[in-house]
Amino acid sequence: MNLLTVENLTVTLATGSGEAQAVRNLSFNVGRGEILGVAGESGSGKTMTALSMLGLLPYKGKASGSIMFDGREILTSTKREYRDIRGKEIAMIFQDPMTSLHPMLTVEVQLTEHLRHHRKVSKAAARNSALELLATVKIPEPASALSAHPSQFSGGMRQRIAIAMALACEPKLLIADEPTTALDVTVQAGILKLLHQLRTDRNLSVMVITHDLGVLSSLTDRIMIMYAGSEVESGATSDLLQNPRHPYTKGLIAALPGNSEVNSKNLLSIDGMPPELGNFPSGCAFHTRCKFAKASCKETVPEVLNLSSDHRIFCPINPFSELSNSGSK
Amino acid sequence: MNEILNLKNVAVEYDRHGRKVRAVAGVDLTLNSGEILGLVGESGCGKSTLGKAIVGILSPITGEIVFDGQKVKKLTRGKRPEHFRNLQMVFQDPYGSLNPRRKIGVQIADGLIVAGMSKKLALVKAADLLEKVGLPRNAVDRFAHQFSGGQRQRISIARALAASPTAIIADEPISALDTSSQAQVANLLVNLVDEFDMGMVFISHDLSIVRRISDRVAVMYLGKIVEVGTVDQIWNNPSHPYTRALISAIPHADGTSFMPKDLPGDVPNPMSPPSGCRFHPRCPLAKAECASNEPELRKLADGRDVSCVLQTAGSQPVTITLN
Repeated sequence: MNLLTVENLTVTLATGSGEAQAVRNLSFNVGRGEILGVAGESGSGKTMTALSMLGLLPYKGKASGSIMFDGREILTSTKREYRDIRGKEIAMIFQDPMTSLHPMLTVEVQLTEHLRHHRKVSKAAARNSALELLATVKIPEPASALSAHPSQFSGGMRQRIAIAMALACEPKLLIADEPTTALDVTVQAGILKLLHQLRTDRNLSVMVITHDLGVLSSLTDRIMIMYAGSEVESGATSDLLQNPRHPYTKGLIAALPGNSEVNSKNLLSIDGMPPELGNFPSGCAFHTRCKFAKASCKETVPEVLNLSSDHRIFCPINPFSELSNSGSK
Repeated sequence: MNEILNLKNVAVEYDRHGRKVRAVAGVDLTLNSGEILGLVGESGCGKSTLGKAIVGILSPITGEIVFDGQKVKKLTRGKRPEHFRNLQMVFQDPYGSLNPRRKIGVQIADGLIVAGMSKKLALVKAADLLEKVGLPRNAVDRFAHQFSGGQRQRISIARALAASPTAIIADEPISALDTSSQAQVANLLVNLVDEFDMGMVFISHDLSIVRRISDRVAVMYLGKIVEVGTVDQIWNNPSHPYTRALISAIPHADGTSFMPKDLPGDVPNPMSPPSGCRFHPRCPLAKAECASNEPELRKLADGRDVSCVLQTAGSQPVTITLN
């Protein structure tokens, strides 16, 4: 049984000009010990999806559909119930470790806070767990790190501390929202290694949200690509990256600097811009930028098209189907 | 291909609570017209500081920066010497670098008006420039908030182009943009450099984009250039352990579950840089002598410059392998 099963999730946000759907009819799941990557450009709804799982939607934000976590429905949880889920069952780390840690509190206070809240352990026991956690995330000299403030650490070390905080109550699912975007590549590689290690050691399920397909390639088992609040394609990481079938995924991968023609300085790009919240095009939201679009794409919301048991697209045209049949997969 | 910009032994210091921080510690570089020079390195290596020094926002404490035959002086409140109008900068944050309360057209026309053009003509020219960077002409009458990040960066580029520059310093011009805008703006810059035969210093932490669009790459570490060479030399056969480490840390988006290598340790504090080779505390190949002798840049047989004891001046580069 999957740890997380999301069905028909729709998130509605209040904007200046009325309500707008940020996530539309999204269904996906995360297995135990699985790392799922969620990719898409800003405004594609990936962060709102994560926040709805934690009951952290912005003011007047509403979620409908179903989120089954570890066998129970959590979307209908009350505020108080969500407080028991957050940190204990599902934990989240954010892009910017500079702002997600409290600058005035020592690492010890921040690391032991939810242990003391969720587990009701003694101060000394919490301190011991905190030391272990810092060792797990490979912070040198954990004892002196406990009494230090976040400003005394570099960005990479702060992200490690944030991960230690998230792991404190041994959550079953870790949501990592752009966990390495603010870091240098040299430091990013270390964080990716750590997340991998945690999955292996603790059978932790991870949902990684990022626009960086390189990060997803080295970290994830499966990838879901989102556009304008909906899934456009999902599949096993190697299959999806080597044999993308939705025109948008194809475009994203072609736009990677490493994938353009070797002799040309020009990068391939997808014309136009991602649509803004509240202004998602009708039918298939990508039709305005899709070179394969037909008249029907403007009216009909695409149905799921299963290419294999673990690779699906939301595109009735399926323009690259012939490619894969004669394929070089 | 003629030399448009020449840096000799440039050092820049900041004053941090009374202590001097040398962010750039002796840099030699050249930029030719029609060329894109990628400047890469981890955050805190001094690449943005160097960019600011080149255009005169900061002034170097030693060394000199010569643009098109004349020494660059620090910008003051007074009028910038006419000669340096052709040296322009594009900043990272397209939200902070445009005035939110003034129309786009006037902001682009400013430079032209200062240069003596009539206001009416300058606004027409501004519309021409917006068209050049792929925006509609009527954008002149709109405000910055009406545009997306990618469009704002195009506006910043149009503003830099207003001065018909012969050299542009672009500091992380695409880092704040979305994937689809990144490729579009990068392509725009490449095409403009080509069309106007400008030189461009492209400052970026993203090696994969630098690899794609640059002609030459300079790798910076803690205020110093450690390696300069053609893209092909740097990418396919890096001769400095730091360059190798940077390249090995880039994830491959090819679905092969390739695991990038991390470089343990952090960039040291520039207030107290390590003795000898600045990279030696993190270098997996460091020898005893690296702690005391600071290596100079040396020219190898293939024309690149590198500062590492493992390489010998005038010889072919020794292949660097990290475990």
